[in-house]
Amino acid sequence: MAGRGVHAGVIGLFTLFTAFPFYWMLITTFKSTGDLLRRGNNPFIYNEAPTLENVRVLFEDTLYGRWLWNTALVGVVVVIITLVLALPAGYALARLTGRWGEQIGIGIFLTYLVPPTLLFIPMSRLIASVGLQDSLWSLVLVYPSFTVPFCTWLLMGFFKAIPTDVEEAALIDGLSRLGAFVRVVIPISVAGILTVIIFSFTLVTQEFVYALTFISTASQYTVSVGVPTFLVRGDVYFWGSLMAGCFIASVPIAIVYNFFVDRFIAGFTVGAIK
Amino acid sequence: MMIAPAVLYILLVVGVPFFLALYYSLTDITAGSRTLDFVGLKNFRAILDSPQFLTALRNTFVFAIGSQVLVIVLATILALALMKDFPGKWFVRLLILLPWVAPMSLGSIGWLWILDSIYSVINWTLQAAGLISADNWPMYLGKPYLAMMSVIGVHVWRLLPLATVILMAGLTSIPQEIHDAAQVDGASPWRHLVQITLPLVRPIMLVASLFGLVFAFTDMIVIFVLTRGGPYDTTQVLSTLAFFTGIQGGDLAEGAAIAVFLFPMLLVVAFVFLRVARRTEVV
Repeated sequence: MAGRGVHAGVIGLFTLFTAFPFYWMLITTFKSTGDLLRRGNNPFIYNEAPTLENVRVLFEDTLYGRWLWNTALVGVVVVIITLVLALPAGYALARLTGRWGEQIGIGIFLTYLVPPTLLFIPMSRLIASVGLQDSLWSLVLVYPSFTVPFCTWLLMGFFKAIPTDVEEAALIDGLSRLGAFVRVVIPISVAGILTVIIFSFTLVTQEFVYALTFISTASQYTVSVGVPTFLVRGDVYFWGSLMAGCFIASVPIAIVYNFFVDRFIAGFTVGAIK
Repeated sequence: MMIAPAVLYILLVVGVPFFLALYYSLTDITAGSRTLDFVGLKNFRAILDSPQFLTALRNTFVFAIGSQVLVIVLATILALALMKDFPGKWFVRLLILLPWVAPMSLGSIGWLWILDSIYSVINWTLQAAGLISADNWPMYLGKPYLAMMSVIGVHVWRLLPLATVILMAGLTSIPQEIHDAAQVDGASPWRHLVQITLPLVRPIMLVASLFGLVFAFTDMIVIFVLTRGGPYDTTQVLSTLAFFTGIQGGDLAEGAAIAVFLFPMLLVVAFVFLRVARRTEVV
């Protein structure tokens, strides 16, 4: 049928567009430098034997492992800070009805729209004045500024979906408001909390502007800044190692993410439309 | 109050720098010196007189609006295509989501390699297909128009998955009865799409555009990695210009003034979309 052919063609073209760069990173990762830099060579095949040299260079001659570790470390700490701040805020906003609740909700949503590109100059000054320049702690301090609004917003959607009787029953059983929240509401919201963890973690791995502005020592870079600033020096590009670094840091996250996308979309659209 | 810690933190880490940015833009602060004098609107006059700033302002609009129009059109097509069931859908969806999930600076480097002036795989393929000759390879990032098209293309690549997924959520939320009723009334597939499906997803399309526009106005990763604003500032946008002026050039005051220019644009975008999204919700 023609309709089916068109459909498959559309899907195929889009998939090619979105996935090709990653396929290309993978191909390049195992190519020897000589093979990469000979213009006549067919770039789609291994003209010379595949090699692990690029991966070795990445892990042994650059601080790639350190950057991965830095990113993970900042990610974990920021996730914890985000949960501590956003869980109670999201819950309170979900239960606060009336004008005030709605306006604080919109206000928090709008702060998410204030971009790092507007804030990074004064922020760099503040970071320097508290002596945190060139330290991962500067990122730990600043990153919640975009994870907290976003996650509060997401969690608000999740908490709104929980019927109030559940907490009322807990209150009657003699728990305090806080006790009901910790012992009853949080356990039901595990799915929402997991989503928030994954999302704040990815927002951290994505972040570029602050990390580029605050950090200038290679050993303190995160992956997203370390790879482009350290492996591209003037005219010298270590393409094989660059592509290896990009692929290794990108694809595992994507696979984990794919499991949470539906839930995220549910929370996201509930929040955005209500 | 349970909101207090979050609100307090946001006020400190977003509010304070925000007002500092406004304040800096009215002073003569630089990275090296400790002096800080109030100079009124001098920075704004200076940047408005600078051709570099005006180019960047225009580029910001070209980049943001160009990429956003493409994103919405392509995302609508892709979302409609993905609503059907087909074998391997899980895997296809994973592949389509990749650009959005992978750290963007790394994705951009992938493109830097694909668009490379000497080793571009695109050019190699075009040449192998006999479409271009060996001594006439396009330099995607080295020619003004091609460079702008390239950064827009990569930005579209990055935002397409998010817009698609949001639109799919919108499409799924349309009750099946509406589709059935249209079928019964004998609407052609095209009329069905234009008169029923598209109007019903419009609010959520607007939400997707809001996010997309805000990203496109403010994000600098793609341009920073691919062109650094070049060639000859033809892809310089406000966010990269603010970075190069404020951080690398050390002129914090002028950098802040450039960044502050983003704010009214964001405010207008946010206001318009919140209004429109709310009004169409009633439909």
